[in-house]
Amino acid sequence: MFSEFLQYLFTGITIGATYALIALGFTLIYNASHVINFAQGEFLMIGGMATVSLTAMGVPMLLAIVLAVVLAGVLGIALQRLAIAPAKNADVVTLIIITIGASIFIRGLAQLVWGKEYHVMPNFSSEEPIQIFGAVLNSQSLWVLGVGAVLVAVLVYFFTRTLTGKAILATSMNKDAARLVGIRTQVVLMLAFMVSALLGSVAGIVVAPITFTSYDIGIILGLKGFVAAAIGGLGSGMGAVVGGLALGVVEAMAAGYLSSDYKDAVAFSMILVVLFFMPRGLFGAKVVERV
Amino acid sequence: MMAQFSQFRLKGLVFLAIVVFALPLFISNPFHYGLATQIALIAGAVVGLNLLVGFAGQISLGHAGFFGIGAYFSAIMTSNYGWSAIPALVVGAIGVAIIAWTVGRPILRLKGHYLSMATLAVGFIIAIILNNERELTGGPDGMPMPAFDVFGWELSVFGQYSLFGMDISGDLAWYLFAGVILLAAVWLAQNLIDSPIGRALRSVHGSEVAASVVGVNTAKYKSLVFVISAVYASVMGALYGHFQGFITPSIASFDFSILLITMVVLGGMGSTIGVIIGAVVLELLPQVLADFQEMEMMLFGLILMLTMIFMPKGLLPTAANYLNKRRSKSAGGDA
Repeated sequence: MFSEFLQYLFTGITIGATYALIALGFTLIYNASHVINFAQGEFLMIGGMATVSLTAMGVPMLLAIVLAVVLAGVLGIALQRLAIAPAKNADVVTLIIITIGASIFIRGLAQLVWGKEYHVMPNFSSEEPIQIFGAVLNSQSLWVLGVGAVLVAVLVYFFTRTLTGKAILATSMNKDAARLVGIRTQVVLMLAFMVSALLGSVAGIVVAPITFTSYDIGIILGLKGFVAAAIGGLGSGMGAVVGGLALGVVEAMAAGYLSSDYKDAVAFSMILVVLFFMPRGLFGAKVVERV
Repeated sequence: MMAQFSQFRLKGLVFLAIVVFALPLFISNPFHYGLATQIALIAGAVVGLNLLVGFAGQISLGHAGFFGIGAYFSAIMTSNYGWSAIPALVVGAIGVAIIAWTVGRPILRLKGHYLSMATLAVGFIIAIILNNERELTGGPDGMPMPAFDVFGWELSVFGQYSLFGMDISGDLAWYLFAGVILLAAVWLAQNLIDSPIGRALRSVHGSEVAASVVGVNTAKYKSLVFVISAVYASVMGALYGHFQGFITPSIASFDFSILLITMVVLGGMGSTIGVIIGAVVLELLPQVLADFQEMEMMLFGLILMLTMIFMPKGLLPTAANYLNKRRSKSAGGDA
């Protein structure tokens, strides 16, 4: 009984940590530009797929990971420079459609390069599962949680202690004022896309041994990340982390105790519940608009 | 100015009618009729969605869910319970209206992109239910749907009909029916735009704060237009199902929701004729790109992205703008 619960909890927290990282990526871009970046999931896919194919070519694992993350970062910058920046006077809805176009394009390119098959990535360390109170924990889960925690700590440091991080925060709070004090907001936007891509690709790499990876893995993971961000209150970093973990745990519990067919329905119902009763999400700020 | 506005709208409707009724002169094979019918019905749903996007400034990421409910409710009631097509279509639409109102009313009081999140969730939940309730819906394999009938008269692609003394095939009959439905959908939408409700809606889109200051109940109007757009999708979904004769949950999928909203934005938000062009382009593009096989997806994404980057206002408004500029240049004036 307890071991069953513990098992679901492990599964939930692991996948939840991934959702949290994706949600942080959404949050970052949303704050900097008010764009909901539907290509966010593709950064995960690029991370996982590039690592798998590079290791298959004989590149050592660690180097393959670094290269994959760099590739995703470059892609993030390219997305902002080539697709978002040229359309800077466009409606937010138009920008969202541009990111949808970009995600279809990236997915199509990945399908062309890597094919449609599922790819397996070995665990980082031992394949041997860990037994805790009768529940089984995949050793990769510890990697997901560990890497997730480190990334969140780095982000907190970045946004509270570094000038660049503060510049991004300032831009998200008030773009015009940020520009007045000499912040180059276009560079900030580019940085936001790059950091977001880095986060996504790392999440995609650490979770790949658990979920497998394929050219279309980004769609559903990206959407779940968006759901997590919405639950937490779009725009709140803390909300993204809590929303991600909550979504993962609820989903795992629903799959275990209710029905695995309806686990996604439970996840999506969470958005409705949060919007109905806590409209700004769990951590969304109260917005007072000046006219 | 207002008269000019309406005149322009009437021109759009007349232009659309000419295109719809002239098309059969240029095509004759059943595949092309089928494609044209499908486009007309989907365009009808897009015209409804455009009311929400173009006039309330909100986006729905779950409109395929409403389209799917319309189709599945009609399919289940007509094939399992012996209902006639029209009552099933109407009751389905009322059901969708209730769902849309229940979801929209509390959420549209909030400012921001909350409706997009809520509709994304609703759309997904509907698709999951359609996929899993196998006994009722046939699950992922789908279910058959009987021909559309009115008082015992049946409209089927396999039938033979006569119109004004001419013998016409079932394919052509369905196409003409879908064309008339599309024209009616456009006419209704344009009337709504010119009504006091439409003016209130435009003020909401222009400046929500200003609108509420002068006493427009913005939340109520936004909910109302959301319900209307959902009903459009439901009705078109039911007709689409009758036309296809077989439906699968893909018509309620997130991909289809994205396609619908993309048609609106690509064609030109707020322009009724524009969004129909968006529907035509995005339905025909895969047919053209199918020759490129593995590159199809990549090219589709690239074209979508480039069009939106270089024509952020959408196809029709950009083209109209360009023509206007040229005209005023050649007239030598700066009007």
